[in-house]
Amino acid sequence: MSTSVQTLVNQPYKYGFITDIESDSIPAGLSEDVIRVISAKKNEPEFMLEFRLKAYRQWLKLVEPNWAEVGYPAIDYQKIVYYSAPKVSEKKKSLDEVDPTLLETFEKLGISLSEQKRLSNVAVDAIFDSVSVATTFKEKLAKDGVIFCSFSEALQEHPELIKKYLGTVVPVADNYFAALNSAVFSDGSFVFIPKGVKCPMELSTYFRINNGESGQFERTLIVAEEGASVSYLEGCTAPMYDSNQLHAAVVELVALDNAEIKYSTVQNWYAGDAEGKGGIYNFVTKRGLCQGVNSKISWTQVETGSAITWKYPSCVLVGDNSVGEFYSVALTNNRQQADTGTKMVHVGRNTRSTIISKGISAGHSENSYRGLVKIGPKAAGARNYSQCDSMLIGNQAGANTFPYIQVQNSSAKVEHEASTSKIGEDQLFYFTQRGISMEDAIAMMISGFCRDVFNQLPMEFAVEADKLLALKLEGSVG
Amino acid sequence: MITENSDVILSVNNLTATVENTPILKGMNLEIKAGEIHAIMGPNGSGKSTFSKVLAGHPDYAVTGGAVSYLGQDLLALEPQDRARSGLFLAFQYPLEIPGVSNLDFLRVSYNSKRKHEALEELDAFDFDDLVHEKLGVVQMDAAFLSRSVNEGFSGGEKKRNEILQMAILEPKLAILDETDSGLDIDALKIVAGGVNQLSNAQNATLLITHYQRLLDYIIPDYVHVMANGRIIRTGGKDLALELEARGYDWVLEAEAV
Repeated sequence: MSTSVQTLVNQPYKYGFITDIESDSIPAGLSEDVIRVISAKKNEPEFMLEFRLKAYRQWLKLVEPNWAEVGYPAIDYQKIVYYSAPKVSEKKKSLDEVDPTLLETFEKLGISLSEQKRLSNVAVDAIFDSVSVATTFKEKLAKDGVIFCSFSEALQEHPELIKKYLGTVVPVADNYFAALNSAVFSDGSFVFIPKGVKCPMELSTYFRINNGESGQFERTLIVAEEGASVSYLEGCTAPMYDSNQLHAAVVELVALDNAEIKYSTVQNWYAGDAEGKGGIYNFVTKRGLCQGVNSKISWTQVETGSAITWKYPSCVLVGDNSVGEFYSVALTNNRQQADTGTKMVHVGRNTRSTIISKGISAGHSENSYRGLVKIGPKAAGARNYSQCDSMLIGNQAGANTFPYIQVQNSSAKVEHEASTSKIGEDQLFYFTQRGISMEDAIAMMISGFCRDVFNQLPMEFAVEADKLLALKLEGSVG
Repeated sequence: MITENSDVILSVNNLTATVENTPILKGMNLEIKAGEIHAIMGPNGSGKSTFSKVLAGHPDYAVTGGAVSYLGQDLLALEPQDRARSGLFLAFQYPLEIPGVSNLDFLRVSYNSKRKHEALEELDAFDFDDLVHEKLGVVQMDAAFLSRSVNEGFSGGEKKRNEILQMAILEPKLAILDETDSGLDIDALKIVAGGVNQLSNAQNATLLITHYQRLLDYIIPDYVHVMANGRIIRTGGKDLALELEARGYDWVLEAEAV
């Protein structure tokens, strides 16, 4: 009756189905011509095409990064389909006109787009492969002056805003994957909260990859003007394919004076099977610019999916007294690899940042925290507090912490705490001796371990996140 | 509280067990009936704690022979959580710290898993809260302990009291107390012993595992067993404990030629 903690068996991935829908795809491969085709298909303004081409030319000169603690075979960028969209002639004005197959797909994923069943206080932008298929509550939000729409729509209706802010936080040549995204991105969400407006509901984007050969390159831009505030959440799932799919997104946030942006992610892309076959390569660049005084940007992420995760949601704290926060739970199981963390770049005076990172590694997975805290020469009185905790389940998993701290101002205060713990057999025995099953015991301990992060999630999603982790680890002890 | 015809709760027959292939239990025999309090004493390394862990089903111990019947069923065939849910409770010598899990949640999940096992409806958070507050008095514990993580940062005495609180809530049929007196000052010892006495009745049984006679001043056993080299070598009444206190273990060991 050996009850030792053994190799982990994952709960079957319940979002792994494929939607059978005709799609409008372009042939695989990447060139200036392909970029022109994408831009033409989307009927983009001239500045957008120039932006894309500039990014592409930069990308050609860049080298794929290899410093992360992850390993994967070389990606053939000529074999990826850069544009795939469900075949609909144009964006529908009302949900009644949206292809029912698509509505069903999102329904199956637990995202109801129909008027009756949707979450009452959450507006949703649903993105299927490369395009946005529906955005709810748009009119209601518009009454407050809030713009929440797909990126393509924003390019048609608010090109001046896109032109003003796009690429200001993540420049086209920022890094290899950001440059690729800037060249070929297909859709994403655009959020604009005007001066003084507190967005009356949660905004949420739901990303779904369906096509087996396509990459997903979405672009999200959120701008909060002076005194504005918004809470935004993204969720992601994908079908199960034996091949790996590339997901290279870019998210830019801009907060002006006294503005506040809270960005939460629950990432559950397909992680590959127990042997590591298939799964999403999640190579994402997310950065927020606290441009104004007293502005605040807060990242919360729950990363449970993807074969490989490579992402560092960051804050550039330019405005005096601005605040950056990063709360993260990254769970890896089986053969998953995650190299994730944040960068807090303190530029302005009295800027403050908090980093709370919780890594959980089970199975044969590798989970690394990588973070940079940089205090610039003018950042007098800057403060940072970092806490990085790792938890190991079983003896085959790995956890690493790579904190980089650069301080150029002597009045700054930087604190870093780290811990590694293991769910021990004796702890599990204590639970079972009190009649609590091992699965429940692990779920309770994980939930306690992650509480500081889950508390940051919007209410509706905190419960979901808790359940998601429990599901991911179900059957993880034998 | 010995009654001739009361139900047998635990019957251990020629039990042998190993840890990492080293034999520790070498033929344990013991019968415990409802209403009885037994104490097992013995020198270090005699196998007392191993015996308690084998009964509770600790995964590090392998049973190599013999049989254990608990309330008429084959105890060794049950998973540890099922043993617990059927009323076998082990108060740990070193209760574990569980960071991030509140004492109250732990108690509630534990209690409800037992209710579920008995096909009873689970108690909601409000009713359970009432139950816990009622039981806090048994070990004179402050309600503030409930919101803290299980045993985290508790003193030795607080941990032991927390064990007895769990016991008070779970109302076991067989409570095994492994060195519960170790590390307790006299006041804490009195509180813990008082708790155990309050919980003991004609329907349940208690097995005390201890080094020292002083616990037995507060919890009066019906039987005292001396354990050495993996088995019980002598059984007597309360007086045997006093004799051991006065004379040490050597004379028993010699007499039994262990």
